[in-house]
Amino acid sequence: MLIKLARLSLWNRRGTALLTLLSLIISLVLLLGIDHIRKEARNSFTNTVSGTDLIVGARSGQLNLLLYSVFRIGNATANVSWQTYERIARHPQIAWTIPLSLGDSHRGYRVLGTNQSYFEHYRYASSQQLQFAEGAAFQGVYEAVLGAEVARQLGYTLGQEITLAHGIGAVSFSEHKDKPFTVTGILAPTGTPVDQTVHVSLEGIEAIHLDWQQGAPMPGRQISAEQALEMDLTPKAITAFMVGLNSRMATFVVQRQVNEFRGEPLTAILPGVALAELWQMLSMVENILLLITLLVLVAGLVGMMTTLLASMRERQREVAILRAVGASPWYLFWLIQLEVLLLTLMAMLGAAGLLVAALWGVQDWLAANYGLFISINPFSWYTLYWAGGILLSAAVLACIPALVAYRRALTDGLSIRL
Amino acid sequence: MTTKPKIPAIELKDLTFWYRADGWQLHIPALSLASGQHLFVRGASGSGKTTLLNLLCGITVPNAGEIWLNGQALHQLSAAKRDKLRAADIGVVFQQLNLIPYLSVLDNVLLRAAFAKAPAAVMQQRAQDLLTALGLPASYWAQPASQLSVGQQQRVAIARALLTQPTLLIADEPTSALDADNRDAFMQVLLAEADKSGTTVIFVSHDQQLQRYFHYQLAMTDLAKGVVAC
Repeated sequence: MLIKLARLSLWNRRGTALLTLLSLIISLVLLLGIDHIRKEARNSFTNTVSGTDLIVGARSGQLNLLLYSVFRIGNATANVSWQTYERIARHPQIAWTIPLSLGDSHRGYRVLGTNQSYFEHYRYASSQQLQFAEGAAFQGVYEAVLGAEVARQLGYTLGQEITLAHGIGAVSFSEHKDKPFTVTGILAPTGTPVDQTVHVSLEGIEAIHLDWQQGAPMPGRQISAEQALEMDLTPKAITAFMVGLNSRMATFVVQRQVNEFRGEPLTAILPGVALAELWQMLSMVENILLLITLLVLVAGLVGMMTTLLASMRERQREVAILRAVGASPWYLFWLIQLEVLLLTLMAMLGAAGLLVAALWGVQDWLAANYGLFISINPFSWYTLYWAGGILLSAAVLACIPALVAYRRALTDGLSIRL
Repeated sequence: MTTKPKIPAIELKDLTFWYRADGWQLHIPALSLASGQHLFVRGASGSGKTTLLNLLCGITVPNAGEIWLNGQALHQLSAAKRDKLRAADIGVVFQQLNLIPYLSVLDNVLLRAAFAKAPAAVMQQRAQDLLTALGLPASYWAQPASQLSVGQQQRVAIARALLTQPTLLIADEPTSALDADNRDAFMQVLLAEADKSGTTVIFVSHDQQLQRYFHYQLAMTDLAKGVVAC
């Protein structure tokens, strides 16, 4: 009878109940949605690079090295000489290396000079290899492979000719116009900075800088694209390189050896550790966001209490009738609690359904436009804690109108005030 | 007419109640009513009628004195026990707005059974019998209570009050919202059904015309003087 009463009483006030439900659903969708996106963002962030044991660059802070080598943010302060790179790459514990040469751009997108080993060994997320959506890796000097977003945003297709610009601004006045590159491949979206990168060979980077010095074209010296091909295109320096080891056990030994390398001051970092450290710095924003959504939820719950409290006035008749037929004051207390429970449960179910539908709806769009890969399923065991916490706080807040009902039952007795 | 033992259905002894010690007081030296009797209590508003009803129902307890309901000391029972006793043994009919508007007619009557812990099948049958006897045949039972006329609603309230064949029926001006024809019909069915259930009736009203239906009449002012009705 208690459940039937609570249910029918809510149905009787379905107008206000529906609005309350709606505001609860919105705040719950916000809370669950932001919590979900937060987790997904962290995953996607820490998955930016995987399978790489060390990243080596010129001596600098570990965040700086991580930012420019993986996220293409900022600049290296110094380069690593090609001789040093070759010496370290021969280390018996090192299985493979990916050289990275940065510094040029194409219409705001970073250009990365590298070699075939990038397409073979670079891993992201849970050890996923780079896939080609179209075409294949570069073979010649003047060939380029585009990240998914570069191709989509600029509308490039295979065979497109592009010119690289010196420096990293979106608008550059010094372009390598004499040596255009042909697009030979477009990568599938990865949700990592790879999507925003133009990949060319190290030789290509070398070729366009043959007639440059100190960041400017050398006056009176012009080397054509064809002439450049005849010359020695072995790079003199690279910006950084990624290292894969034969055995993970050797990570710290190799790291120390690189850090103590005599020929040149170098820094070797563990990308996982550096990523975690970087995320720590970003988690402040994340926590503030979560706090705001929690407050939205509190506002929703308080709103529910307000409408329930307001309804207590019109429900005096119910109180008197139930008391007359033998209901105890506690019965009225639990009646209100049950109504809150019903509302909250319905709101949670509604929010869960809405969230899954929304995620399903925007998943493709997010992947296509932002390279963000978000799973449709926002639930985990962790969600049960949320659900428990929400129900508990609803029950605690419901004590206010429930106690009002209890007190009414005691003091007003059988009188029905109109 | 009564075959029950000589315990009075309701008995008040030296009852005193106040909201504030220095304020208004309700004092009833003695009142005793045998089982099956009908008592009319006449009183204007503000004379303590509602307070008396709350005391008789066990919603409030007296500050001093005794209330005996069918041999049980109401003034000594815990709040929970008084609630249980009320569910089984006391029926109440209000002035108006007796029904929960969103429940059906039948559910409004059966609301009582849920608290009285009576067997559901028996109660279901009795509720249907009572409603039929009160002029509300099966076609009304599934209707929401809010669709009935005031007179019909008051009759549903009688059915609910008498469902568990309580010792005592308390009516608080149940006819005030009815016109003269409806009022007479209401009084007749109320008292007839109470008789069938062997229920003692205490009827409170300011309408002196209704006195003629009752075995005994009292004014609230007389109660305080200690007039005993038997």
